[in-house]
Amino acid sequence: MRMKASEELITSGHLACQGCGGTMVMRHALRALGDNTVVVIPACCWTIIAGQFPYSSLRVPILHTAFETAGAAASGVRAALDIQGKEDTNVLAFAGDGGTFDIGLQSLSGAAERNEDIIYICYDNEAYMNTGIQRSSATPEMAWTTTTPSTRPKSGPKKNMIQILAAHKAPYCATANVAWPEDLTNKVKKAMTIRGTKFIHVLSPCPPGWKISSEYSIEVARLATHCNVFPIYEVYDGERYHINIQPKNIPVTEYLKAQGRFRHLTDEEIEHIQKRVDYEWKILLQREMTDSYHMNMPA
Amino acid sequence: MKKVLMGNHAASWAVKLADVKMIAAYPITPQTQIVEELSEMCGSGELKAKFLKVESEHSAMASCIAASSAGVRAFTATSANGLALMHELLHWASGARLPLVMVNVNRAMAPGWNIWADQSDSLSQRDTGWLQLYVEDNQEVLDTVLQAYYIAEKVNLPVMVCYDAFFLSHTYEAVDIPEKQAVQDWLPPHARENILNTKDPRAFNGLVMPDVYMEMRYKLQQAHEEAVAVVKEAGESFAKAFDRSYSTIETVYCDDAETVLVTSSSTTSPARLVVEALREKGMKIGLMKVRLFRPFPVDDICQVLSGKKKVVVIDRNISFGKGGIFADEIRGAIANDPQAPIIFGYITGLGGRDITPELVEDIVMEAEKNERPERLALWKGLKS
Ligand SMILES: Cc1ncc(C[n+]2csc(CCOP(=O)(O)OP(=O)(O)O)c2C)c(N)n1
Ligand code: SF4
Ligand SMILES: [Mg+2]
Repeated sequence: MRMKASEELITSGHLACQGCGGTMVMRHALRALGDNTVVVIPACCWTIIAGQFPYSSLRVPILHTAFETAGAAASGVRAALDIQGKEDTNVLAFAGDGGTFDIGLQSLSGAAERNEDIIYICYDNEAYMNTGIQRSSATPEMAWTTTTPSTRPKSGPKKNMIQILAAHKAPYCATANVAWPEDLTNKVKKAMTIRGTKFIHVLSPCPPGWKISSEYSIEVARLATHCNVFPIYEVYDGERYHINIQPKNIPVTEYLKAQGRFRHLTDEEIEHIQKRVDYEWKILLQREMTDSYHMNMPA
Repeated sequence: MKKVLMGNHAASWAVKLADVKMIAAYPITPQTQIVEELSEMCGSGELKAKFLKVESEHSAMASCIAASSAGVRAFTATSANGLALMHELLHWASGARLPLVMVNVNRAMAPGWNIWADQSDSLSQRDTGWLQLYVEDNQEVLDTVLQAYYIAEKVNLPVMVCYDAFFLSHTYEAVDIPEKQAVQDWLPPHARENILNTKDPRAFNGLVMPDVYMEMRYKLQQAHEEAVAVVKEAGESFAKAFDRSYSTIETVYCDDAETVLVTSSSTTSPARLVVEALREKGMKIGLMKVRLFRPFPVDDICQVLSGKKKVVVIDRNISFGKGGIFADEIRGAIANDPQAPIIFGYITGLGGRDITPELVEDIVMEAEKNERPERLALWKGLKS
């Protein structure tokens, strides 16, 4: 989707680092949403990217809110707009992985359980970047962060947020990747046509946090999907799975070797990660199969 | 129309009369009936409001902040642990200059679990930038919640209306419920626009550098200082419309008093009896009820207390390591007055223990007997 700079809802002069995936996510999302949108932003890198008072790097209203409150604050905006007859205004909660997987999980769960009519986008850079790269529950297994040094890297696998939202029976959940902007904007457009809580989880490379050079941001993100580390799929009503991008099944080592945060990994550790990735991918395929099994059931 | 209402339902009625558009709340004893009643009112359609049944008090406050930003009158109610859970967001509400109204039914903080009257919950939130009013009976609950919207929307600050667990929340009293039309004539319509306007997009509550933060804080303090007059104005205009008057403080027999007893909330009621009885015995005693705690009505209080011999403050609350909070605030307010009285600060009634007329009289007589207090925090009613 090509747009003139003057039609973009994000302005130049925002405060992100070069190659920031989270900034691209906002840009692509707003292209789909248009200017009849209110954005709710909890504490995260976007607190800074949006600019300092009295400036704003977005051409839509922003309500900055406490770190743990994106789900609740978006619900409050929704309620107030609805009672004023503004049901057509989109409410976008835009939060990082920390604000979604960790501290904001409760308020997101509340919003999803009430099935609030909001779009919630989590731009996932896999750590608390705003405070200087500390681990979150979205940090991949064995990754380095400042609180998981390479002598004792992150233990345990990344939390599966889509599964958590699917368990709420949210009408629409999807993963996306900044390396496929069309897919992302299409998903946001689709979300706009569905009533209830829509959750989109977007892999968002962070050059300083992942220890990559900013010009490789998109390439590394693309590898994440082609190596099956971050599959791109949708879940309807918490039940029907649909994989959107067929991966090239590249060995995971290609993805890991491209990033400084995995530099310390031994061959055995990479082997362990490969096994887990293969297993998760198999499960996802099975879920998609179960879905088509359901679909083919006689009524 | 007169109805026999529990304090909590008096609050619900006020919310309905104020035509609140968004309510978000979470259950906690002894507040729960406020929102139960509001659910009924929303369910039956007599109150046309959105009611968010959120998963915590924290989310209740977060969504009220958001709704108020989007231009509607919002309401929540809580107690003790629920209020404490909101703490961070209380700063957000005042810092964002939102005219929210919240009822806090004063209940003791855990541990151990205690659901009874104690003001330490809301007084712990003293420095969050909220206005705080402490009320004495169910009529005052209803009237004050209405006035809270009037005040909040004039000064762009959130207002907390506080009253004692069970003594008010669950006690039934006759309450005069104003006519809807009369309230509409008196309470100006909600004038706040939706600042999250897609036609005029701006960012709120974002990054603020040291070059402007301090001025924002200065303005918040100014608004508090101006709020004292607004609270009085609200009370006066309310009196004109409904024939019941309110102010920052209320005084009884203070003009010629040598000793002034100071109370707040429901403790004022037994104190009234005691002061009446002691007056009959010829003692020069007066009573001052502090209704407005934040902003602290320093001038009003000093005007009453300056030149008195003794001031006896009863606190159903404590700031650990110092003492009763009302006593401490009064000491601070009057410190520079050369005619400052001796102040006796008594802590009693914590966790819902009764403050009986006998206990109040005991406190007054002990203070009367002693030249000065032995220490800052005196206790009454402790079991030995
Ligand atoms: C209650 C609270 N705790 C901690 C913080 C400090 N804090 C601000 S942003 C942040 C990390 C945000 O991480 P994430 O949501 O992943 O967003 P990112 O910075 O990575 O974009 C933290 C810990 C805060 N603002 N509020
Ligand atoms: S630290 Fe990472 S997430 Fe934050 S602005 Fe920079 S690139 Fe973006
Ligand atoms: Mg992050």
